[in-house]
Amino acid sequence: MTEVSIGARVTSQPTPVTTARIEGSSVGDRIYRGTTTFFALIIPILLCLIAWEVFAAGWPALSKFGLAFFTESHWDAVKGVFGAAPAIYGTIVSSIIALLIATPLAVGVAIFLSEFAPAWVRQPVAFFVDLLAAIPSVVYGLWGILVLVPFLRDTVMAFIRDDLHLGGLPIFAGPAYGPSMLAAGVILAIMCLPYISAVTREVLLAVPRSQREAALALGATRWEMIWDAVLPYARSGIIGGIILGLGRALGETMAVTMVIGNRHEISASLFQPGYTMASQIANEFSEATTDLHVSALMAVGAGLFIVTVIVNVIARWLVWRTGRLQGT
Amino acid sequence: MRHLSLVAAFAVASWSCGTDSSKTKSANPGGAADSGAKAAAGADLTGAGATFPAIVYAKWIDTYATKTGVKINYQPIGSGGGIKQLQEQTVDFGASDAPMTDAEMAGAKGGPVMHIPMVGGVVAIAYNLSGVTQPIKLTPGLLADIFAGKLTKWSDSRIAAANPGLKLPATDILVVHRSEGSGTTYIFSDYLSSVSPAWKASPGKGKELQWPVGLGAKGNDGVAAQVKSTPGAVGYVELAYAKQNNLSTALLQNADGKFVAPTAEAATNAVQEAAAKLPANTDYRISIVNSPGATSYPISSLTWLLIYKKQPDAAKAKKLTDFIRWALQEGGPQASALDYAPLPKPVVDKLVARLDSLSGTGSTP
Repeated sequence: MTEVSIGARVTSQPTPVTTARIEGSSVGDRIYRGTTTFFALIIPILLCLIAWEVFAAGWPALSKFGLAFFTESHWDAVKGVFGAAPAIYGTIVSSIIALLIATPLAVGVAIFLSEFAPAWVRQPVAFFVDLLAAIPSVVYGLWGILVLVPFLRDTVMAFIRDDLHLGGLPIFAGPAYGPSMLAAGVILAIMCLPYISAVTREVLLAVPRSQREAALALGATRWEMIWDAVLPYARSGIIGGIILGLGRALGETMAVTMVIGNRHEISASLFQPGYTMASQIANEFSEATTDLHVSALMAVGAGLFIVTVIVNVIARWLVWRTGRLQGT
Repeated sequence: MRHLSLVAAFAVASWSCGTDSSKTKSANPGGAADSGAKAAAGADLTGAGATFPAIVYAKWIDTYATKTGVKINYQPIGSGGGIKQLQEQTVDFGASDAPMTDAEMAGAKGGPVMHIPMVGGVVAIAYNLSGVTQPIKLTPGLLADIFAGKLTKWSDSRIAAANPGLKLPATDILVVHRSEGSGTTYIFSDYLSSVSPAWKASPGKGKELQWPVGLGAKGNDGVAAQVKSTPGAVGYVELAYAKQNNLSTALLQNADGKFVAPTAEAATNAVQEAAAKLPANTDYRISIVNSPGATSYPISSLTWLLIYKKQPDAAKAKKLTDFIRWALQEGGPQASALDYAPLPKPVVDKLVARLDSLSGTGSTP
């Protein structure tokens, strides 16, 4: 866990000398090397094959509608017109809402568990937070329909509307039925919270004791110690945890489709129903009869793939940047 | 710390791929056929298709297995999947809530396909209006306008005009429809298209529509739960789901101008009336929505088994036709106990005669 600059990391790669020694040695070593290389390559090859397959299957729709496929809002299976913009919008917005809610909570839980909680509290609480990750998403969905959505409709939305009088704002506009972008964001927040908090907790626990002692020795309060010495040190790991949570949110299907309202429309209001790419594919694939419809759904899958890759690139860049900032 | 986030990044990538590929697999007819073939290793016959009749099919298959020892494996993967698997000849029979189109028939690799209606279904209009104790009455025009978003309040004067003496609240109407492609949506939109030219033009009829208003819920149970939990909601569900959830259901005006409640008997009547008008050489690819007859429920449907007229395996063909014959002749009481509409006797007799002709000629490979 030593923080070094990216340049230093490059030079610390295994040197060719080691490779030469392996190549020169016995047959057993060579077989071992071949086998491990093979297994290591399986994953990237699989990834490429999946990407190829998805793009190839989506190509008829992509070539028919062109870029408009990603910017148009019409999705009419009867007339054979497909545009995936609302689903892309819904995927991104619901994931952002989820992260906005989950990140402070999860980091707070992790700070409490790693810095404040006595050991006898830490273990059981950490266990229960981690357990959230083990609940099947359909159970989250059912809970969403039966508990969360009525609560949001009757309490939260009613409060924002009637007590805060914020119904005039575009993001709270329109009738509040319950199933909505907000409901999807909240349920996703609960689902990605354990990932963020588990990673953050481990990262915080891995921050060296000396870091804390140094801050305290300089006269920092406990809060200053955490805020100025521990959290910056753990920053790239925490971002990693958030990205892990985001991955969960982007790809979640079942729970989202049960609470989001499944309306193929872009609405600025969080109280209005929406759609996500994953839930659209899950909903429509089994009964998609025309080839174009199937292809359009595969193209949505390809779009999800692209969104994921972009998110990953940004994540790697963030981690790399924070690592470099700290190292220098 | 670096490798941690690297793991995270990889996990993101593999997760979303995992989601895609598993969906592809479960929904892809080919993939489902592979797993089905394994699961059905001990089965004499395999079939796949519509989810709507799956409950009664399962009941029939179970009873028939106890009676005759013939094991049948039916996979409710959806009508579209059932048709695809039949076309690819990966199953012995398919099942669908919508008849195959001519293009789909042409794509069947095993030659001409026979449609055998097995049982009727009832699509109920369920609503949530507290304080309204009498069932509300809806005309075809009102129903189309509600689902097209042209009527937005339950207290609208046009709804009141159809319901004299009933005090309707000034609640907003919330339309609830199916989010996934569904045979129920097909039947419902088939009905609306047949009674409303505006609906026929747009959104039209299909398993999945671009709905003018409302929100989508997954499955019959999802729509039922949404209607049950939202004041002012209205949605279309299979009768059994409306009953299980104690939802109020609307009386619909049929082609003869009478208001009829959604019941299995009313659907059987609709089948009877529609079948009486069929030519002798019908292939039963018919729609029975908006059937004539004073006691016919207008949004009634049929669900079909799909089999090849030319059966490649004589022994299998006999088992298959025997089962279908038995289900048609003996399966009625079990069907009505599950809120499906059994076919009327004259229709059953005609279908059995068709089956007999099939088993006589179809044994050559």
